[in-house]
Amino acid sequence: MLTLYTRRRITNFATLSLSMAAMAFGLFWLLWIMYTLISSGASAISIDLFTKTTPAPGSEGGLANAILGSLQMTIGGTLLGTPIGILAGIYLAEFGSKGWVAPTTRFINDILLSAPSIVIGLFVYGAMVAQMGHFSGWAGIVALAILVIPVVLRTTENMLKLIPTAMREAAYALGCPQWKMTLFITLRAAKSGVITGILLAVARISGETAPLLFTALNNQFYSNLNQPMANLPMVIFQFAMSPFEDWHALAWAGSLLIGLFVLGLNVLARILTRQQGSH
Amino acid sequence: MTAQELRLKQQKRQDAAFRISTRLFAILVLVLLAAIIGSLVYGAWPAITTYGLPFITTVEWNPVTSAYGGWDSIYGTLLTSFIALLIAVPVSFGIAVFLTELSPIWLRRPLGIAIELLAGVPSIIFGMWGLFVFAPWFADNIQPWLMEHVGTLPYVGWLFQGAPMGIGLFTASLILSVMVIPYITSVMRDVFEVTPAMLKESAYGLGATTWEVVWNVVIPYTKNGIIGGIMLGLGRALGETMAVTFVIGNAHRIPGNLFDPTTSIAATLANEFAEAASEIHIASLIYLGLLLFLITFVVLVASKIMLMRLQRNEGAHS
Repeated sequence: MLTLYTRRRITNFATLSLSMAAMAFGLFWLLWIMYTLISSGASAISIDLFTKTTPAPGSEGGLANAILGSLQMTIGGTLLGTPIGILAGIYLAEFGSKGWVAPTTRFINDILLSAPSIVIGLFVYGAMVAQMGHFSGWAGIVALAILVIPVVLRTTENMLKLIPTAMREAAYALGCPQWKMTLFITLRAAKSGVITGILLAVARISGETAPLLFTALNNQFYSNLNQPMANLPMVIFQFAMSPFEDWHALAWAGSLLIGLFVLGLNVLARILTRQQGSH
Repeated sequence: MTAQELRLKQQKRQDAAFRISTRLFAILVLVLLAAIIGSLVYGAWPAITTYGLPFITTVEWNPVTSAYGGWDSIYGTLLTSFIALLIAVPVSFGIAVFLTELSPIWLRRPLGIAIELLAGVPSIIFGMWGLFVFAPWFADNIQPWLMEHVGTLPYVGWLFQGAPMGIGLFTASLILSVMVIPYITSVMRDVFEVTPAMLKESAYGLGATTWEVVWNVVIPYTKNGIIGGIMLGLGRALGETMAVTFVIGNAHRIPGNLFDPTTSIAATLANEFAEAASEIHIASLIYLGLLLFLITFVVLVASKIMLMRLQRNEGAHS
């Protein structure tokens, strides 16, 4: 018969060990995926990847058109979604103390933040692709922009709220109009935080596949934004699902590119937040 | 009117214009949600009028005879997410406890970042890794052992039958769980950190062990936040597409055990939408998408309400 004290010590030891095991479990997957990504992707990286277009099975090729398409759509989506997110975020932080618009928007925005991205793809399919009659790079841009908005909106609002009221009052006391105060004082003070939000949004959309399935689709060649457009995630999906070994290798190379890009953005975003924190 | 008054008037106009335009963009977000629901209902309308609500409970997916029912996809979505949570919740809880109570201070930040990076890994990479690395390894090493040793047990044995193919319900759920762990962990860690240090220190002062403090002080204090975090993870798991599409097997049927291939709403959409030929096939797929959106919407609203309740309590205590 154990004493109460020993039993409590044993429970404590057991549960804390389990907690450590959980931590190890989480890290285990991350390391395994990283290892796979690097070991399978690195061997397929070559100069051809950036200069040649996606090949037919069995022939030589690269991912140039997919890389270009991904860049175009990621940049387009960011450029379209960011201003909307920032302006809406400004409203929530600066003018949102009265009325129903700000609380409702805040609530709905948090829902959109976690809404399934495939549903956004379906929406853009219905709103654009079905109306225009064909898949296009523009539809992909709109779908990605819809994913950018909630991320940017939320960080903008949070960052603006951290700016001390005294700074606003100082601007008002000098006779500064509200729009100037917001755009040139508070938004500038919150700059690095807002940029962090934009970087995280870019990181999120650059790996998204589901919203592009029904909007940009894919393309074997270079294309303009009015045509179906090649992009890395869709090419990876198509190539990985195929039975061809050389396509698999290209898919791994593409995954490594996206993985490094997203990882780099995440690290950059964190460096920026740290700088913000040390002020 | 003096020049100053004119200028003041102009500034007031500019301010009003600025306020109204930012307000318009805030309203645009609301319009966006309404537009998403509206466009899904519009797109699904042919299927809604043809099959009605029984669509939800029917197991049938036959593009040749145009007979559609969504239950196998819906069931797959709910089941994979549920199993994913069964794995992810205890693990996330353990990680959050480790990061807030156990870990040396200097290790907290790097370990926290590592777990957050897991959330940053694009789902297509999870999918590819699952299909080419995890599934074969699982089929060769783990599945036969499970079937031989656990599959023969009474009561639970039938769960571990089936063909050791690597892909299927269980693999999809496991990968989903790894994907939602960072989300649940991050919420749990945040709410654990709002527990007042004084409460915890009082318990330690009375001689409580670390575990007793977590179980009897931190958890009751942060209950709503924990549930909110779990719901958030559930919302993520329900809508996850690419990783699941790669490893779930994509078979339109109700799985009989953990290793059977099945499908989920998102996987069905990803596989069939671009190739759907008939109008009713497309409408049925959009109908599924609409149901997925409604399910996640309800889950996310519940999560939000839970987290808001925690914030309000926190305000009341301080």
